[in-house]
Amino acid sequence: MSKQYIFYKTDFGDEVLKVILLVIPLVSVVFAVVNGRMSELSTAILGKTSDAVELVISLCGVMCFWCGLMKVAERAGLTEKLAKLLSPAVNFLFKGLKRGGKAAGLIAMNISANILGLGNASTPLGISAMKAIAEEENIPDGGEASDNMVTLAVLNTASLQILPATAAALRSANGSAKPLDILPCVWIVSAYSLAAAIISSKVFSGIGKNNTRNRG
Amino acid sequence: MTDFVIPVITVAVLVYAAIKKVDVFGAFCEGAAEGLKTCADILPALILLLVCIGMFSASGAVDALTGLLKPLCDALGFPTEVMPLVILRPFSGSGAMAVYSEIAAAAGADTFAERVAATLIGSSETTFYTVAVYFSAVKIRKTRHAVPSALVPDLTAWIICGAVVFLFFGA
Repeated sequence: MSKQYIFYKTDFGDEVLKVILLVIPLVSVVFAVVNGRMSELSTAILGKTSDAVELVISLCGVMCFWCGLMKVAERAGLTEKLAKLLSPAVNFLFKGLKRGGKAAGLIAMNISANILGLGNASTPLGISAMKAIAEEENIPDGGEASDNMVTLAVLNTASLQILPATAAALRSANGSAKPLDILPCVWIVSAYSLAAAIISSKVFSGIGKNNTRNRG
Repeated sequence: MTDFVIPVITVAVLVYAAIKKVDVFGAFCEGAAEGLKTCADILPALILLLVCIGMFSASGAVDALTGLLKPLCDALGFPTEVMPLVILRPFSGSGAMAVYSEIAAAAGADTFAERVAATLIGSSETTFYTVAVYFSAVKIRKTRHAVPSALVPDLTAWIICGAVVFLFFGA
């Protein structure tokens, strides 16, 4: 889960964030002058700091409980169990990897951790899986990403989590009567997004290859 | 129906762990401590982001932006006030949380806009962060079609989210 929150450690995110943190306050001040809303702006700056603290405090209980429960699930071997069930799907999505090899195994573990919502476990597993793919396909540092690498990264940008714990925690912090009543909606939207992720990574890969061939 | 989900998962995990003879209490506390650390880690960023987003909406700039995007959103049946979340979601997880709480506070709990915002958070990931982490781990700069492919699911979520929530809850 933590991977959703640590956003400031990447080159790309850094650049975007720098711009956002400069443009938003500037634009806000200009709009506040034009709309005559300077006192609202002033109130917002001071008031939002305590809103942030309140938000974190109200999220904290659910987050701790869920992370605790999922750690128990992990210790009981649920990730490995799920990974075994997923290995046919992994063989289908990732072409040319050794069946039952190191890369395929790590990919299955990474996907299982994502399904269970184990952010702390899924990112290290995914990184190890990337390294294992690079090893198996002999891709050098600074080289070009392979199809399997792109597929793994794209799968990780789609939400596979079966239970949207963060969304539920946010909703209950906001006073929702039934935070999980959106579950069917989340599943449907996630399923469509996942299908779109798989199809787009295959289609775009095909286009990329044709271009290279034409150029050659 | 959804009332069963949390109790069933909780009991199932605890029973399964007991059968597997796991130190449930120790594992739970370890995981919960990680959760606590995550909460503490996001607070500093959340303060700055929530202030920025609060400034943006208090100044009336959000109204101007959403006014611009309204025709497009109306065509998709997507609530315009959730647009800031669509824009920020691929870049920042805590930013998305900040925007969500702003939207939810304005729209109220269990409203159409709030449900769409929560569904969007629950069904998408921090795309750019993930791509950056995964490729920098193997020191690859030429990511080929990774970013465009990764943005397609985000786009898909935006296009269908409003309609799906409408289907289950109405506007």
